[in-house]
Amino acid sequence: MSIYFTLFWEFFKTGLFAIGGGMATLPFLSSMAERFPWLTQEQLANMIAVSESTPGPLGINCATYAGYNAAGVPGAIIASISEVLPSYIIILIISKMLRRFSQSKYVSFAFGGLRPAATGLIAAAAWGVVSIVLFNFSAFASGGIAAVFNIGAAAVFALMMVLTNIKPLKKLHPLYFIAFAAVLGIVFEL
Amino acid sequence: MEKADKPSTRLIDLFLAFARVGMLTFGGGVAMLPMLERECVQRFGWVNNDELTDYFAIGQCTPGIIAVNTATFVGSKQRGALGAAVATLGVISPSIVIILIIAAVLNGFADNPYVIHAFAGIRAAVCALMVNAVVRLCKSNVRDWFGLALAAAAFVLTVVIDISPVFPVLGAAILGIFAGMFTERGGKQ
Repeated sequence: MSIYFTLFWEFFKTGLFAIGGGMATLPFLSSMAERFPWLTQEQLANMIAVSESTPGPLGINCATYAGYNAAGVPGAIIASISEVLPSYIIILIISKMLRRFSQSKYVSFAFGGLRPAATGLIAAAAWGVVSIVLFNFSAFASGGIAAVFNIGAAAVFALMMVLTNIKPLKKLHPLYFIAFAAVLGIVFEL
Repeated sequence: MEKADKPSTRLIDLFLAFARVGMLTFGGGVAMLPMLERECVQRFGWVNNDELTDYFAIGQCTPGIIAVNTATFVGSKQRGALGAAVATLGVISPSIVIILIIAAVLNGFADNPYVIHAFAGIRAAVCALMVNAVVRLCKSNVRDWFGLALAAAAFVLTVVIDISPVFPVLGAAILGIFAGMFTERGGKQ
């Protein structure tokens, strides 16, 4: 199957089933990273950093980045457009019956189930990235518990968890934390 | 300023207005509301604040990216399906261009040791940002035992059994409808 068709199909699915904005596309990207050679969990983490530090919706930024890695400029364009195509079609249909949709009790019931499930899926995608970046599970056999942690990355992670949750820094744009972590990475040769 | 009647809205205005929204907002979601308001309500008068709030609310409960959905709504109200397509392309095109440039540059420096070390640090920070995002999502989306069970089930199904996220999404929507009908009936009795 041609790579372009694969990209179209995967990102069309992502656009159709990712409900609740940019972060909701992560589980689908994570699933692509497991199945295809052109995307890795590490690239996914890089991609999130780039997407958070550049303007535009996170979901589109990620689609462009993944599409480019898979098949260059045409891949980037196909991935981005395929991702918005399902919602384009759905919104065109809904815009004709706006009120009825937004006040339907069945729609709000469905969302009572969708929101927590989407949260679980995003947590799973986050775990996919965290487990690759911070841990090295294959070292457990040779080095025991201590070898399982990727020490440098775990230290930066712990520092960032503290910095992003203390009062005066909490509201800062993610860009600042990403830039600081890049400096730490270079200084300590992570 | 002239009142924007449907036929008088130029496609190029739709494209450029949404391109500005796409170019000047970071992070998407609610962060986009002020920019959308400035372009669509104050500058062009395409929609009023109530309509924009409606679009935003519906954008949150339909598939896809909220800013993109809002662009489709506004474009469709002004110039039908063509206007919707132009507005949608407008909101995504700055991202495509910017990310393509960054991706091309990054891949060119992929073997540079500084870039490698910087990204090792960045990935660790992204883990922290993601943990924070998941905590925030849990606080706002997981409010009862039913929600906790669904979130846990979605997590376990995708991490342990490794199924496509499509199935938890469909399953949760169906379970949500059943649960809603069930509690509604319980409330009436």
